[in-house]
Amino acid sequence: MKKSVFLGTLTAAGLAAGVVGAATLDDVKARGELNCGVSTGLVGFAAPDANGVWSGFDVAVCRAVAAAALGDPMAVKFVPTTGQTRFTALASGEVDMLARNTTWTFSRDVDLKFTFLGVNYYDGQGFMIRKDMGVTSAKELDGATVCIQTGTTTELNLADFFKVNGMSYEPVPIETNAEAQQQYLAGACDVYTTDASGLAATRATFADPENHAILPEIVSKEPLGPLVRHGDDQWADIVRWTLNALIAAEEYGVTSANIEELAKGTNNPEINRLLGTEGDLGAMLGLDAEWAKRAIMAGGNYGEIFAANIGEATPIGLARGLNAQWTQGGLIYSPPFR
Amino acid sequence: MAQEYSYVRTEMLPEQEPPSNAVGALVWVRENLFSGPLNTILTLASLAAVWWILSHLSGWFLNSVWQAGSLAECREILDGATGACFAVITDRWEQLLYGFYPSDAYWRPNLALLLMLVALAPVLFPGVPRKLFWFSAIYPALAFWLLWGGSIWPPLVVLAAFPLGFIAYRLVEPINGILATLAALAAPILWWFLLAGPVGGVLAGILPGTLEPVASDLFGGFMLSIIIGVTGIALSLPLGILLALGRQSDLIFLKTICVGFIEFIRGVPLITLLFTASLLLNYFLPPGTNFDIILRVVIMVTFFAAAYMAEVIRGGLAALPRGQYEAADALGLDYWKAQRLIILPQALKISIPGIVNTFIGLFKDTTLVVFIGLLDPIGLSNAIRATTEWNGVYWELFVFIGLCFFIFCFGMSRYSMYLERRLKTDHR
Repeated sequence: MKKSVFLGTLTAAGLAAGVVGAATLDDVKARGELNCGVSTGLVGFAAPDANGVWSGFDVAVCRAVAAAALGDPMAVKFVPTTGQTRFTALASGEVDMLARNTTWTFSRDVDLKFTFLGVNYYDGQGFMIRKDMGVTSAKELDGATVCIQTGTTTELNLADFFKVNGMSYEPVPIETNAEAQQQYLAGACDVYTTDASGLAATRATFADPENHAILPEIVSKEPLGPLVRHGDDQWADIVRWTLNALIAAEEYGVTSANIEELAKGTNNPEINRLLGTEGDLGAMLGLDAEWAKRAIMAGGNYGEIFAANIGEATPIGLARGLNAQWTQGGLIYSPPFR
Repeated sequence: MAQEYSYVRTEMLPEQEPPSNAVGALVWVRENLFSGPLNTILTLASLAAVWWILSHLSGWFLNSVWQAGSLAECREILDGATGACFAVITDRWEQLLYGFYPSDAYWRPNLALLLMLVALAPVLFPGVPRKLFWFSAIYPALAFWLLWGGSIWPPLVVLAAFPLGFIAYRLVEPINGILATLAALAAPILWWFLLAGPVGGVLAGILPGTLEPVASDLFGGFMLSIIIGVTGIALSLPLGILLALGRQSDLIFLKTICVGFIEFIRGVPLITLLFTASLLLNYFLPPGTNFDIILRVVIMVTFFAAAYMAEVIRGGLAALPRGQYEAADALGLDYWKAQRLIILPQALKISIPGIVNTFIGLFKDTTLVVFIGLLDPIGLSNAIRATTEWNGVYWELFVFIGLCFFIFCFGMSRYSMYLERRLKTDHR
């Protein structure tokens, strides 16, 4: 094995690095396993349990893709990536896809040569304060000390927000979310700012969550979603439409409980096309007819995944808000399965 | 004959207890803690500091909860009192020690650790039978096989290159010294790239000797720290010695390479090397090749430690009086014999504190792999904190990790003091 690695290095050292195998689906099938880049640990989105089994909102996307492409939601190798290593891991082919609460931005999409495949969570930067401060709006935060993670877009958003509103603040730079919790609880800062989902998760861990409030202002747009490399449109389609299948399933009322029933055929052609009893959408993707059925059965539809990992019944307790179906006043919307 | 005088004693008086005002705890306290105004003030201040720390921490430790399913349950049990939630350790200690290693195979890293102690014994202690060195020599292959599984032959065959190099050296030595050194380098390389694969295949065909393979991404926790740390320590010392000797060499080419290597590696932070290992190499390697990440990290950590080690040993070499070198020459010893018998034993003895210092630093530096997404104890503490059950647990995890690291590092430091005492030959 060592020998082949070394010879391979020698022969291919001169080749351009961009020649990552074009047919990712074939690679994944040959490997029998999907390499999915996730966060090294983010509450509700990706975390290993005591047995080392990963679960979470982002993890569920990986599992659905594995179920669709390989037929087994557990056939995923999770590669924990940090904020620094995630893009290289994807670009170099170490992972087949990235589902790591990554904000879809212009430069990441265009300059870094990735394809974002939709949005599985609409986030935005918010503020958390102690209730006894008596502040009800972020516009009253003039002169506050703010705990802020350095080197992130939140830092820039914060500066913009205070500048636009003609206020001043004193930053308390911190490195990780865990450190921020300690600093905020110790009173080192009046305000903690990060993505609203992170704030909710953080607040849920406090011994006295009722004494802390998240202010209504959301000062940035953070659409989070899965992404793949440029250059393999078939693979991009598979991941994109797997995510869309989860979303569409919620819209049409397909759940993990009734999917077996519905897969026998319904009088709704859209559901039939989704579940493969009508048309040949699976073949167009290079998969079999039941790809979407398996993806939905992996962890339920979008709404079920949301409720199980970060919804109001969990300790994190996020409301659907922007992440409700478009029919419910949210932004979650799948193009038609036709 | 000695005359008998009534006023001269003929027998010794029995020993008596010292006067009561010169012994006892009270006297010790007075002499050591309250011997003067300054000492008294310092003692009182220290006592106050100790009291202050204890009064703040004791409640936290004494109230600690060891059995609970989540932080919320811990808080329910504590019911408002301050207390540690060590239940997270009870729940996840296996993960902190072994990472995601399959739990039915925990005996493998355990056995590897136990055998490591056996393999280290002849290196560390003089009283152990010398024959155990043979075991130490094959231990790397054995440990690799136990930890990663698969067939036992590939690691053994890779290891076989070293005796081959030695044999090649011995065969060519009568002809020419420099040629022999070249042969000792060439033989292993030829072996690895031409013969090792087929020979391993044939041997595996005769006797499989396979264990269930375990992928590198399942490695984590202290197991990962120890693997990286111990391999780095074991490889960096010989490499460091060679670099230090090379730096002192008269061969300008060799010297330039060694100086360049040492200065380059010392000039960049370890984290840069780790990022290189994890990110940059991916671009150089052909797509699809999976050059094991742990192997990459071990190589970088070894290089880093070897560069520091070389300078520590160079300090030891420089401290030797010139007479020692001249005496070795006068005895007619060749270069390697002079180094092995006269120079290095003394230089290494002088360098022991520095060497152990580098070892301890290296072991603690293994936590830096968290930045490239490997789940060492610190990385796992983040992952554990990311579950909804344990989100918010902070100090308990770090107390546990810190304690484990302290045990290892303190052990190393104690051993180095033992070694210094044992090797002490001067009469200071």
